[in-house]
Amino acid sequence: MTTPEIPDTLGAPGATGTRRTLAVVSAGLSQPSSTRLLADRLADATVRELEDLGHEVRVETVELRDVAHAVVDAMLTRFPTGDLARALEDVTGADGLIAVSPVFTTSYSGLFKSFWDVVDPDALTGMPVLLGATGGTARHSLALEYAMRPLFTYLRADVVPTSVFAATDDWAASADDQGAGLPRRIARAGRELARRVSVRENDGPADPFAATPSFTELLGGN
Amino acid sequence: MQFGIFSVSDVTTDPTTGHTPDDTERVRNMLTIARHADEAGLDVFATGEHHNPPFVASSPTTMLGYLAGVTKHITLSTATTLITTNDPVRLAEEYAMLQVISDGRMDLMMGRGNTGPVYPWFGKDIREGIPLAIENYALLRRLWTEDVVDWEGKFRTPLQGFTSTPRPLDGVPPFVWHGSIRSPEIAEQAAFYGDGFLHNNIFWPMHHTRQMVRFYRQRFEHYGHGRADQAIVGLGGQAFMRKRSQDAWNEFRPYFDNAPVYGHGPSMEDFTQQTPLTVGSPQQVIDRYASFVEEVGYYQRQLFLVDHAGLPLKTVLEQIDLLAGEVVPELRRIAEAKRPADDVPANPPSHAERVAAAAAAGEAGATHVGDTADPYTGTVAEGTQQPASQHTQQEARA
Repeated sequence: MTTPEIPDTLGAPGATGTRRTLAVVSAGLSQPSSTRLLADRLADATVRELEDLGHEVRVETVELRDVAHAVVDAMLTRFPTGDLARALEDVTGADGLIAVSPVFTTSYSGLFKSFWDVVDPDALTGMPVLLGATGGTARHSLALEYAMRPLFTYLRADVVPTSVFAATDDWAASADDQGAGLPRRIARAGRELARRVSVRENDGPADPFAATPSFTELLGGN
Repeated sequence: MQFGIFSVSDVTTDPTTGHTPDDTERVRNMLTIARHADEAGLDVFATGEHHNPPFVASSPTTMLGYLAGVTKHITLSTATTLITTNDPVRLAEEYAMLQVISDGRMDLMMGRGNTGPVYPWFGKDIREGIPLAIENYALLRRLWTEDVVDWEGKFRTPLQGFTSTPRPLDGVPPFVWHGSIRSPEIAEQAAFYGDGFLHNNIFWPMHHTRQMVRFYRQRFEHYGHGRADQAIVGLGGQAFMRKRSQDAWNEFRPYFDNAPVYGHGPSMEDFTQQTPLTVGSPQQVIDRYASFVEEVGYYQRQLFLVDHAGLPLKTVLEQIDLLAGEVVPELRRIAEAKRPADDVPANPPSHAERVAAAAAAGEAGATHVGDTADPYTGTVAEGTQQPASQHTQQEARA
């Protein structure tokens, strides 16, 4: 199976600067966790592809378990602190994002959702995102499509077509099982994300002060 | 620098005793707190405005009008007056009335309000918060500065030939602050008019406050009201004090842990580090608040939240005594020493100063509009040339 070509409208790879930052958000709760394992594999695949495209890549990984209390505090106080503030800067300032959650009770975990609830809802607009999820059996795999993808579509992220679900059995499956084993899915997803990240750099957060209309504009129409 | 207290008027159960004041008790407590602040020598008492339980302060000018009669020196203010959901015509009338009754011993602070349902309850749309604040305030200013207003806008019935009474004291409207935590548009509005800007940073890290104040100062200068360091800035604050720091921590912790807004969230250790909340000895409060001039530049008003989270009245009055007796004199001295130049205002402008400035600029208006012929009788009222208020004359001489 070959990867469908990315439409030309995205521009030629390497058209912009060569440095790229990839943020990896893992909502796995145990340590070590298979969610983090999948996240790392997806990151490795993406980094390989980006390096092939001539990029220098920095990866910032956020384990939500480490900032779980701060996420709840931020929901209650409305401002992020400490490691969470840094994690939010890493994620919203990245050129591409890999987001991986375990499937709990038919959907992404509550912690995963809470984290995105404290992110500025405009911060992910246009950001290339690769989604991954883990679960006990493949019966949960569509949670990626009916729960996770709509979340990021709402945030106007540019979600790549391939999302990767890893069930427990996948970690022991042969690489070319039915032509769609986990390693091949990871490679394809990494390629899709890399192609998008290659042609787009994050301009950084909008400056709320620079974006403030002058008072004449505010008064206009009154 | 002025120092005062502001209240959100929350009715909260005291977590240590289980006592919940009823609305009547809470309102009366607020009156006692304000009178005590006046007697203790604080400069400002400001009340919030809320239209939903557990808050009782729905009618600020009724409360402040009473306080104007029973207090002597304290400036009566709001934190904040809802410029979005109140009719600007009523605001013009009510606050001009308060200005007259208090003999100019008042100012007010505009805010948009952050309780979603209040907007629809008052027939407004929260998504129009900024446009409402812009249009309503523009109308409010005209009602104060122009005797007869013809007006048409988006959010209320047009006005033809409307006169808001009483006319402002000595023909000079009250000083206005604008409060906003997150919206640069409101800092822009305050800067445009040369009004004051208060950042209520009690739940926010100082780096955010610094950015908002810097933006307001730059825009104040841009609009030609003076240098950036001459803009009129206020900050929120929150403290709990006992002589011994550890006593303050032990006593305040149950209130903190159960407080509305931040209760059941971050630890008091984290929150005191991240926000201006200071729990400790009076000296620790002095040290912390004296440093804010370094963050935002010399500023003119520091308000403290002292009466929330179910703290009993007796404790609140003790906090006011500590604030007025030990903290404020020292903070005032330190702030004055840090004031960068004589032409940086030490305080927000008083009514007397505003009257003098308006007179110098030839802008002081009439105190009433009775000097025009009455449209119904064709006669002219007698005694139309009102002298400046007695209070103002005394202050001007002082």
